Amino acid sequence: MKVVLKDMTKKFPNRNKKIREDVIAVNNFNFEIPDGKLIGLLGPSGCGKSTALNLMSGLQKPTSGRIFFGDDDVTDLPAENRGVGLVFQNYALYPHMTVRQNILFPLQNLKGDAKLPKEVMEEKALEAAKLVQLEELMERKPSELSGGQQQRVAIARALVKMPRILLLDEPLSNLDARLRLQTREEIRRIQRETKITTVFVTHDQEEAMSISDMIVVMKEGVIQQIGKPQEVYDEPINLFVAKFLGTPPINVFEAEIKEGKLYIGEEAVLEVDLPDQPVHAAIRPEGFILSENGALSFELDEVEVMGRDITVVSKHPQFEGTEIRSIISSENTVNFADKKVRFDLKRNKVFLFSKETEERIRF
Amino acid sequence: MEKNLDYLKIERNARRKDIITKAVLYTLLTVWAIMVLFPFYWMVMTSFKSYSAYNSEYIPQLYTAEPTMQNFADAFSAVPLARYFGNTLIFTLSTTAIMLIVTVLAAYAFARLEFRGKNITFTLFLALMMIPNELVIITNYVTITDMNLRNTFMGLILPSVASVFYIYLLKENFAQIPDELYYAAKIDGTSDLKYLFKVMIPICKPTIVTITILKVIECWNSYVWPRLITDDQLYFLVSNGIQEIRENGFGRENIPAMMAAVVVISVPLIILFLIFRKKIMEGVSRGGTKG
Amino acid sequence: METNNKKAWLYLLPALLFLGVFMVYPLVDVFIYSFEEGYNSASQSYFGVGGYNYDYVLHDPYFLQAVKNTFILVIITVPLSTGISLLISLGLSSIRKLRELYQTIYFLPYVTNTLAVGLVFMILFKKTPYTDGFANLILSWIGASPIDFIDGPYWAKMFVLCFYTIWAVMPFKILVLTSSLASVREDFYNAAKVDGASKFRIFTKITLPMISPTMFYLIITGFIGAFKAYSDAVALFGTDLNAAEMNTIVGYIYDMLYGNSGGYPSYASAAAIILFVIILTITCINLLISKKNVHYS
Repeated sequence: MKVVLKDMTKKFPNRNKKIREDVIAVNNFNFEIPDGKLIGLLGPSGCGKSTALNLMSGLQKPTSGRIFFGDDDVTDLPAENRGVGLVFQNYALYPHMTVRQNILFPLQNLKGDAKLPKEVMEEKALEAAKLVQLEELMERKPSELSGGQQQRVAIARALVKMPRILLLDEPLSNLDARLRLQTREEIRRIQRETKITTVFVTHDQEEAMSISDMIVVMKEGVIQQIGKPQEVYDEPINLFVAKFLGTPPINVFEAEIKEGKLYIGEEAVLEVDLPDQPVHAAIRPEGFILSENGALSFELDEVEVMGRDITVVSKHPQFEGTEIRSIISSENTVNFADKKVRFDLKRNKVFLFSKETEERIRF
Repeated sequence: MEKNLDYLKIERNARRKDIITKAVLYTLLTVWAIMVLFPFYWMVMTSFKSYSAYNSEYIPQLYTAEPTMQNFADAFSAVPLARYFGNTLIFTLSTTAIMLIVTVLAAYAFARLEFRGKNITFTLFLALMMIPNELVIITNYVTITDMNLRNTFMGLILPSVASVFYIYLLKENFAQIPDELYYAAKIDGTSDLKYLFKVMIPICKPTIVTITILKVIECWNSYVWPRLITDDQLYFLVSNGIQEIRENGFGRENIPAMMAAVVVISVPLIILFLIFRKKIMEGVSRGGTKG
Repeated sequence: METNNKKAWLYLLPALLFLGVFMVYPLVDVFIYSFEEGYNSASQSYFGVGGYNYDYVLHDPYFLQAVKNTFILVIITVPLSTGISLLISLGLSSIRKLRELYQTIYFLPYVTNTLAVGLVFMILFKKTPYTDGFANLILSWIGASPIDFIDGPYWAKMFVLCFYTIWAVMPFKILVLTSSLASVREDFYNAAKVDGASKFRIFTKITLPMISPTMFYLIITGFIGAFKAYSDAVALFGTDLNAAEMNTIVGYIYDMLYGNSGGYPSYASAAAIILFVIILTITCINLLISKKNVHYS
C-alpha cells in the first residue's frame, strides 16, 4: 500500500498559555512512501516525528492537509477503521491478557464481513507468533516476558490483521544494545517477508540508516531531506542533516573561501570555484588522508587504535566542537614526536554550507 | 483490505455519533450534579423563607421574594446551637490533636526503631483494622459509663483518638524516607526526637495534612458515639443537636428554622472543603472510606 | 538500625494504651457479654453462661425486621451505587470542559453531615397536612397521587432510605473510580483503537479488567458500609426506628444498648457478633469470586 502525505500540518495550542502562538509539530509534510518499503522517520527528540506517526495512525487528526493510503483519502478516518498496525515505544501490551489473547485482540475486533471464524483467528494468531518466533510463549502474561519478547509480541499484534501499513514508534529504544541490533535485523526480515509498507520512527541515525529503504530527516516539524540512506549521507542538503548523520559525527570548521581556495585558519586546503565568502566546512571522519605534507594541520591529542581503523583525535582553533575525530586505516602510523598531525582531504567527503542559511554550497 | 469502504459515510457517522455522545454525556452529568446540589439549594433557600411564607406554600416554591434572617436568629436563640457548635469544635480539635500525637509516635516507632516483637506487634495492629467499630462500641459504652465519664468531653474523646489505619498510612510514608538521612542527622548530632520533628514530619507533611483533614471530617460528622455517651444537651455535638432539633426543638413544624440550623452546621466543612479541595479529594482517594 | 527496646515501646505506649483499652479489651469482652445470660448493667451480675442471648436475638421480631431491612438496603444500594458511579466516572473521564467543576460538585456530599442533610431529605420527601412535599410535587407532574415517603408505606420508606444512602456513598465511589480510570495509561486505549476495537469492546476488554481491583475494593467496602447502615435511617425516620419499621442491624444493637428499650449489652453483643459473622461471610464470598475475575498487575 502506497502512502501519500499532502501538505500535512499539525498545530497544538501552546502549553504556556501566555504565548498565543500555536506550536507547529508537523509543518507542511509532503511525501510519498512507495508500496512495500521500509521508511525511517528520523530526527532529534521533539522534532515532531512521533506526531507525524500518530497522524498516519489516525490517533491524531491533522490541522490541515490530507493523508492517502493507496487512492483512499483516510484523513478523517478514525484509527479504529484505518487498518494500521502500530507498535508503541513501551509496547502497550494489555497486562491482563496472555500473549495469545493480545495477538488475537485485533482479530476479534473485526466486524461485519471481515469477521473471521474462531479457528481462522487462532490460525492467524499462531502464524503471527511464528513470524516473530513466539509460538512457545503463547500462554504467558506480558509481565512474564523479557523486554525483547514483549517487543515481539507487540509486533505480532500489529501484524496479525495484515495491516495496510505498519507503524513503529521508537521500537528499539527500550532494549539493551545487543538486543537492539538483533531486533532491528528481525524487523527488517519480517518487513521483507510480509512486504507491508512500514514507517518507523527513531532518533538513532545508525538504526535508521542500517535498515531503511529510505530515510526522512526531520527538524522542528519540517522535513529536511528524503532519500536512500547512503544518498543522504553522501549528499546532505544542509548542515543539520550533515551533522545528524554519521558516527563519529562530521567535523565542522569555521572556514572561508578566498580567491578560489578554501581556507581553514591560515591554511588553504582545497581548490573551490566559488566567490569569496565565509562558510562552514564539514568533513566526514573518513575524509582525511594522513600525509607528511598535508594541507591541513591539527594539534594531535591522542590516537585510538581499534583493529581495522585508527581514530586520530586532535584539535584546531577553527573547529566548532571540542575534538576532531578522523578515521584512517590502521596500516598508517602516526608520528607523535612533533605533536602535530597533517592531512590531505578527500574532495567528496568535504561539504560546504552557507554561513547564513546553513544550506549546502556545491563546488 | 477492502477498497470500496465508504469513507465519507464512516466519517460523517463518526462525527454525528460523537456529537450525540457528548450531548448525552453532559446531560447525564448535569442531571447528577443537580441531584447532588438540589438538597443544598433547597436547604439554603428554605432557611431564608419566613415561617409564615413557608407554611402557606402548599406547592413548594424554589425561590423566595422576601428573604429573612429571622430563622438564623431563631436557630441560635431557641436552641443552644452555639453551644453544640462549640462542643463540636472542642471535640474535633482535641480528638484530632491527640490522635496526631499518638499516630506520629507509633508510626515513628514502627518505621524508624528496631525492637523485639516489632513484626508481630505490627501484624496485630494491621489485624485490628478489620474490626468493625460496632463490635467494640458496646464494651466502650459500658466502660465509659462505669468510669462515670458520660456527659464529659473525656468520655467523648478518649475512645475516638486511636486509629490503626492512620498509623499504618503514616508508617508507610515514614518508611520511605531513606536511612541515609537518619545517619546524616545522627552524625550532625541530632537527637531522635529532633530528627522526628525537624526531618520526618516536614517530609511527610502531605500525609499528615491528609489524616488531619480526614479526622476532622470524621469528628465533625460523628453521631453514634456522641449519641450513646451524651444525654445532657450541654454536651451535644452538632449531629445530636440536629436530631434533637428535629425531634423536640422549634416546635415540630418550624422547618425554615431547622434549615437555618442545618445551613449553619454544614457551612464550616463546606468552606474547609472548598479551601482544601485538592488535598481532601487526594487524601480521601488514598485512604478514606465512609461508613 | 540499632535495637532500642525501651525507647520503642515508649513511643508506642500511647497507641497501645488507647487501642488496648478501647479496641482489644472490648473485642474480648463483647464475646463474653454475648454468652452471659441475664446480665444486668446496674448490678453487673449475670445468671449463667450459654447461647440464650443469641437465641433471644434471633427470635426477636425487631431484629428479624432489622436484618430484612439491612439486606434489602444492601442488595439495592451496593450494585446501584457502584454501577451509577462507574457510569458517571466514565462520563467524567471522557470530558475535558467543566470536569473539575463536576468533580467538585459530586464530592460535596462527602463532607456534609449525614444527619443534617438527612433532615433535608426527610423534609423533601415528607407529606404533611400543609404540603405534599417536593418529591410529591415531582410525582404529580407525571400524574401520580401523593405518597408519604416518611410515615407511609414500607416500600416508600425503603425507597427514600436507599435513595439517600446512594446519594451519600456516591462521592467516595466516584472519586476513587475517577482516579483509577485516570491511572490507566493512554497507550492502552490508543493501542486498542489502532487494533480496531469498538468503544464498547475497549470498555469491556481493556478498561474494566484494568480497573477491576478498584471495582472489587469498592464492592467490598460498599457491602461492609451498607451492612453497617444506621445514621442515614436515623436522619430520615428519627431515633425510634423500630416504630418506623426501618431499623437496621446496627440500629438494633444501639437500641439494645441505650435509649428507651436499652440496657441489654448482652443482647447487643450477640447482635453485633451476628453482624460481624454476616459481614465476614459476605467478604469471604466476595474474595472468592474476585480471585477469578480480578486482574492484579
